[in-house]
Amino acid sequence: MIRELTCIVCPKGCPLKVELENGAVMNVTGFTCPRGKQYAIDECTHPMRTITSTARTDNGEVIPVKTDRTVPKESMFDCMTEINKAVVRLPARIGDTVIENILGTGANVVATANMD
Amino acid sequence: MKQIDLVIIGGGPAGMSAAVAAYESGVRNLLILERDAHLGGILQQCIHNGFGLHRFGEELTGPEYAWRYEKQVWELNIPYMLNTMVLDISPDKVVTATNSEEGIFQIQAKAVILAMGCRERAKGALNIAGTRPAGIYSAGTAQKYVNLKGYMPGKNVVILGSGDIGLIMARRMTLEGAKVHAVCELMPYSGGLARNIEQCLNDFNIPLKLSHTVVEIHGKERLEGVTIAKVDERRRPIAETREYIPCDTLLLSVGLIPENELSKTASVPLDRVTGGAVVDQDRQTEVEGIFACGNVLHVHDLVDYVSEEAEIAGKSAAAYIAGENAEKVDVALHTDGKIRYTVPQRITQKKAVTVFFRVADVYRNVTVKVKDGDNVVYSRKKPKVAPGEMESITLKPETFANAGALSFELEVQ
Repeated sequence: MIRELTCIVCPKGCPLKVELENGAVMNVTGFTCPRGKQYAIDECTHPMRTITSTARTDNGEVIPVKTDRTVPKESMFDCMTEINKAVVRLPARIGDTVIENILGTGANVVATANMD
Repeated sequence: MKQIDLVIIGGGPAGMSAAVAAYESGVRNLLILERDAHLGGILQQCIHNGFGLHRFGEELTGPEYAWRYEKQVWELNIPYMLNTMVLDISPDKVVTATNSEEGIFQIQAKAVILAMGCRERAKGALNIAGTRPAGIYSAGTAQKYVNLKGYMPGKNVVILGSGDIGLIMARRMTLEGAKVHAVCELMPYSGGLARNIEQCLNDFNIPLKLSHTVVEIHGKERLEGVTIAKVDERRRPIAETREYIPCDTLLLSVGLIPENELSKTASVPLDRVTGGAVVDQDRQTEVEGIFACGNVLHVHDLVDYVSEEAEIAGKSAAAYIAGENAEKVDVALHTDGKIRYTVPQRITQKKAVTVFFRVADVYRNVTVKVKDGDNVVYSRKKPKVAPGEMESITLKPETFANAGALSFELEVQ
């Protein structure tokens, strides 16, 4: 089976073709960098995504946050529920941890803006 | 009147990058004027990732990317004024501005860099039939509500236009619990990046309806639904394909317009295609000493390219102030229509120049040719070009040293 993908690693968006046999990746074509090849393999075996969102702050505003590494794609909405429960104490700086190891994914949710 | 060597209008990514480059090229008497309450421009609300891969070799969110430059502005002690609205720029570079502390004030600048960015096309420009209820927003307005204010504009959403902001907002609204029923795109292709169609629409099974538009808006106080329809090859709606979608929110992501009202006060001639100034390789407009860069010059796909362009403008403004010049030439750049525009539009100095251009349609197996009369001075094959992706080529000085004009043409096999 051939699966066609669009690479999301960078804005180039290379069209990828993945040859699959019983769910195992046999061959990848179309990538123009090693990260693209890895993306194709991951996407066909265990798709991962970075989440960017906002979290509440203790003064009632919102602060932008992200997962500092990718999380399993199927966990995105569960992660969103956790992120929306969090309250960030100000002041916060870029990189400050908001949620450690969210849902056991190994990713931390960190602030992506400075707020006083 | 206050005398300042370089006044930069706008403290977004273009303005900050231009200021840093000018400083590093020796300009010390400079000032950034920003109308918002903070530096960073629109990047502050672009909380998604995907910025900075070219520039910094890592993937950053908008606020993180802005911070990289903001930090440099702080460290170099480059002066800036916030909450300050520029009202007028005269052709001899008197900048009139106002804020609540100083009232109206004027600055005589030696050079000015225009870095005002762009704004979204509004619904008034679309002439959609029907009522005018609440619940219709530009995608960028919705982005500001959700990402900066923490408000959700609605729960059931239709998006018109598949530009990147619309795609990004489709994902954002979905992650925050809204249902995005469809993204309608008038053209047979999306204006957004392929990766955004993948990660913002396909990831959430949001249908992208190409060659579709919104033909009617329903609802009295609040939006109740929209009627969409397929369009024919001349972009006219086909009546039999009308389809009603109930929704409380319509987001418009239908194009960006360089914000050049101030450029006009300075009598800066504009390019009808880009909506921005006509510039040379230094990003100098046809008014001497006034430069332009970033989305006020032409709308970019990536902020990384904005920073790069702004650096050219910053360095060039520094050279202008110092009175440095390379050997002069005068080469006008023309396009064939398949190539819609080039930036710069004119080459005035004999040095290598990178020319950016955008095409009018999706073309496959093309050859980009640059001609001096019938003589081809540059040629490059490309498997695919698309309007959503800016292209660039670099010309060596010997290719245009003796040319009066160069023609940029796209040969399609």
